[in-house]
Amino acid sequence: MTPNLNLWLIPILPLAGAAINGFFGKKSSRTAVTTIGLVFPGAAFAWALLVAWRFSSISLPYQEYIAHWIRSGSFSADFALYLDQLSLVMLLVVTAVGFLIHIYSVGYMWDDPGYYRFFSYLNLFMFFMLTLVLANNYLLMFIGWEGVGLASYLLIGFWFTKDSAASAGKKAFIVNRIGDFGFLIGLFLLIQHFGSLNFTQVFAQVQPLAPETAGAGLLTAIGILLMVGACGKSAQIPLYVWLPDAMEGPTPVSALIHAATMVTAGVYMVSRSHMIFERAPMALTVVAVIGTLTALFAATIGVTQTDIKKVLAYSTVSQLGYMFMACGVGAFSAGIFHLMTHAFFKGLLFLAAGSVIHAVGGEQDMRKMGGLKTYIPITFTTMLIATLAISGIPPLAGFWSKDEILWKAYQASWAYWLIGAVTALITSFYMFRLLFMTFWGDYKGIQVDDHGQAHSTHGHGDHSHGAPHESPMVMLVPLMILAALSLIGGFVGYHNGFEHFLAPVFGAEFPRSMTEGSGSTELLLMGISVLFSFAGLILAYILYVSKPELPQKIADALNGFYQAVLNKYYVDELYAKLFVKPVVDASTNILWQGVDRKVIDDSVNNTADSARQVSDEVRHMQSGNLRSYAGWIAAGSALVIAYMIWMGVR
Amino acid sequence: MSTDNWSPYILTFVTFAPLLGALLLMVFPRRDRDIRIFALVFTLLTFLLSLHLPVHFHRSLAGFQYEIDRGWISTPNIHYHMGVDGISLWLVVLTTFLTPLCVLISWHSVHDRVKEFFILLLVMETALIGVFTSLDLFLFYFFWEATLIPMALLIGVFGHERKVYAAVKFFMYTMIASVFMLAAILWLYAHTGSFDFVLIRDQIARGGVPNFPAAAQWLFLGFFLAFAVKVPLFPFHTWLPDAHVEAPTAGSVLLAGVLLKMGTYGMLRFNVGLFPEQARRNAPWIMVLALIGIIYGALVAMVQPNMKKLIAYSSVSHLGFVVLGIFSFTQAGLNGAMFVMLAHGVSTGGLFMLAGILHERRHTYEISEFGGLASPMPIYAASYLFIVLASVGLPLLNGFIGEFLVLSGAFQAKPIYGVLAATGVIWSACYLLWMYQRVFFGQVTHDVNNSLHDLFAVEKAAVWPCAVAALVMGVAPILWLGAIDPATQAVLQPFAQVVGKVVGQ
Repeated sequence: MTPNLNLWLIPILPLAGAAINGFFGKKSSRTAVTTIGLVFPGAAFAWALLVAWRFSSISLPYQEYIAHWIRSGSFSADFALYLDQLSLVMLLVVTAVGFLIHIYSVGYMWDDPGYYRFFSYLNLFMFFMLTLVLANNYLLMFIGWEGVGLASYLLIGFWFTKDSAASAGKKAFIVNRIGDFGFLIGLFLLIQHFGSLNFTQVFAQVQPLAPETAGAGLLTAIGILLMVGACGKSAQIPLYVWLPDAMEGPTPVSALIHAATMVTAGVYMVSRSHMIFERAPMALTVVAVIGTLTALFAATIGVTQTDIKKVLAYSTVSQLGYMFMACGVGAFSAGIFHLMTHAFFKGLLFLAAGSVIHAVGGEQDMRKMGGLKTYIPITFTTMLIATLAISGIPPLAGFWSKDEILWKAYQASWAYWLIGAVTALITSFYMFRLLFMTFWGDYKGIQVDDHGQAHSTHGHGDHSHGAPHESPMVMLVPLMILAALSLIGGFVGYHNGFEHFLAPVFGAEFPRSMTEGSGSTELLLMGISVLFSFAGLILAYILYVSKPELPQKIADALNGFYQAVLNKYYVDELYAKLFVKPVVDASTNILWQGVDRKVIDDSVNNTADSARQVSDEVRHMQSGNLRSYAGWIAAGSALVIAYMIWMGVR
Repeated sequence: MSTDNWSPYILTFVTFAPLLGALLLMVFPRRDRDIRIFALVFTLLTFLLSLHLPVHFHRSLAGFQYEIDRGWISTPNIHYHMGVDGISLWLVVLTTFLTPLCVLISWHSVHDRVKEFFILLLVMETALIGVFTSLDLFLFYFFWEATLIPMALLIGVFGHERKVYAAVKFFMYTMIASVFMLAAILWLYAHTGSFDFVLIRDQIARGGVPNFPAAAQWLFLGFFLAFAVKVPLFPFHTWLPDAHVEAPTAGSVLLAGVLLKMGTYGMLRFNVGLFPEQARRNAPWIMVLALIGIIYGALVAMVQPNMKKLIAYSSVSHLGFVVLGIFSFTQAGLNGAMFVMLAHGVSTGGLFMLAGILHERRHTYEISEFGGLASPMPIYAASYLFIVLASVGLPLLNGFIGEFLVLSGAFQAKPIYGVLAATGVIWSACYLLWMYQRVFFGQVTHDVNNSLHDLFAVEKAAVWPCAVAALVMGVAPILWLGAIDPATQAVLQPFAQVVGKVVGQ
């Protein structure tokens, strides 16, 4: 007997919080807003824990029907939830990290005039994200999918008086829509061939199908289209361009939405659809190649960025690439594993970066930081832990999951492994570069006593800054908890524990894994990738601590290449030239001024004019006087009736 | 049952209640405030009365309900025949829902000839409802043309600068196109001796109309042209932006919200209902025009410097979805088309009201005149965003349901159509969010905008019902689809038989 878990409460609670703060928050005190803003997602977290607690007594997968949504002919999609090991992991990550970031936001956003609005949006995000994770069909998932996009739009553009923030929000929404376009077509294919979007029903029909090894077929098409959607949401090539811009949003948003949870939705969706991808090798290859290339590509850009949040943004894109690399080689549980550890350490990195920005009065340029480790020791310690974790230094969380991915990637192709390992080196390099630039050396920032600028653009900083200062406890405690998770979170992967846990979802591991002697190969590869991580660390130390004049020389030596990377390979400019400008120009000059005005409207008016000339004799009909038109209609109707009477008589 | 006693007359009451109001207003003293209140009360009562229809509707039945069929004129054989099915039911309710909102949104904006304005509005409502309830072709045509006069007068008398040009263009354009429909109706009467929709439909289906195969294509085109201009389908759409820009807000709301749906309703009821064979044959090029409308309308909307023109072109795009859905001849496509009609009525009606609110304050629709409005007008900005999101097709709001079903249906009919039309989800985000950013975000660039008043109570009362309806329709579309589904299934019956023959069953 499965007890009723009332899963619906988990998404609904934050929705209630969002509604209350959205409608009444403006006139409420900050304390009231805080209470509402924390209690509801906190309760969702508690409920998720309770579900996890009762987990062993539930027969899985557990489904919960709530209400009808769409019924059209034989097609239906309902409000219904689905819980298995995969959604449980996502549920816990989202509610736990989400709740911590809510707490942190109390400190970070306290002085912002839009405080209530912020919490309302953040709670709204939780609602959509939890809907996405718990949906039992693709269409309900799509509600969450687009809904988190809305929350992201609102939060990126939170400081809407800034043009750059407003543009970034719009860009995020539109680029995501391009991905959603692919997602939708994928759904249409599913409907057409399986008559349903319900996970259970679709996968039951997919399961008996043979893998499309001979050539691309239906499943390959569906897989690639779903991946297009994932590329938008999870910022993969070629749709990653919105994520770095999204850093315009407040830093807690970057941590929650643009690092820990929303951007991983694509990985979750692909993993959820593993039944389809496993039968479409070509689609899997697409996923793996996109992931691998994105991992490397974004990491190289991260090396040159000087804005602390931009570095982390490109790092996120790169790490998401790892997750897709894992999915692409069929190691879905490794991808989800990295998703989880990444949520810990990248969430932490952003929150710590927020604490740094807070400390220096809103400055984000690392060149104006330096020497901060003595000023803000707690932030520094937590950031150090996160940096070690993301760099893959054992035994921190990132080491376990990255190693798992690289090992699985190697089994698919040494090329994936090599690019992945090189990316690990670059990752370690740019992360320690960030750490050294920020915390080592001498403080190069202004003595922040006049911080009006910082205040208006970043919405915080009421303190009279003499020197950089540590953040309040409400911000530091979440940092510490996430640091602890980044330290030990990887141990769930010990002896493939995480993989075993997810085995009921993803099935047994691909049979090719445990060949003779693979144990030693695995150890060798692990050793190499750890060496790479340390190499990155040492390189960063040489360049940014012991010989700080070197980076400029290298940049000068590689001027052309350096400029290209610094300018993010000019991809934004390319897209603007290739797509945006031509579409706008063509719409204005050809479609609107040309077709609409010149061709259609002129010909309509000309027809009218010539008709007027021909009917010069009866010009008085076209007097432009509506009453006379009404008269003509009456006369016409009379004629018609007369005609009909005549017809009737005949 | 008491409702059964009511049933034959309820449609008559709903249809002519506004006309009664208009007649009463004629003898009403010229006290503007009282006239407004009277109009509001009367339109609200009509709305409440019209709710009788969905409440007592038998949802599982496909045919016409609340039917009344009385001989009216014996020669020619014209009947007073009315009835609604799942297709027309909600269009009636949409009309009665929007009209009180039109009264509210005109509360402050109409100062001169208030009495005439509300008389026209009420006459308009009766004509619109009549179009959807008539089952006699003569009656239908009568109401069809009757909508023209009040609308043209609303534009021509109460409109903005180029109102006469716009009114004449609107009037002539749609009037001329309707003549072809009249010819088709008369042909049908001459060959069947009846104007009765049901009778003619069944007779055509039985093959009992002499000379029908030779004339069918022309009859189909006669109806289609009238409807295509009204929708408006590309390339017959150029009257629409002009009409909207010059029309008073209430005129735009009814024009976009209901009047355009007369075209799509007509296609579904008459083109598909009477001539299924021709509809199927002509579907390919009609779907292409619909597709062009979707993409072209969106692209042209994107580059409009005028907010109202932008919304007008977005209607061309949205109505393209409706036509695409109808001529996909799939259950999903038809249901979706119906739903887009309703959703577009609510959300675009809302958008036009919101544009009108701005015009009232600044007397311009130029987007460049605004910027940063979210600061002085936060409630207005939030309401606007909500309606924009509904129009963009965000799931859980009304736009999504219809678009999703239409696209899914079009994809089933012909995948490439579904794929091309689905780019609409990208375009709509582009033009609406770009416009929203330019109007509401950034710093206030024109000083005068700093002192703009946020929504007045009466404006909230006009706009918020649209927002609520958009949400309810998105969360519980089943309330609407439940009645629509059997009706569209019935429409598809002839097509299922054709397919059955082809498959050989």
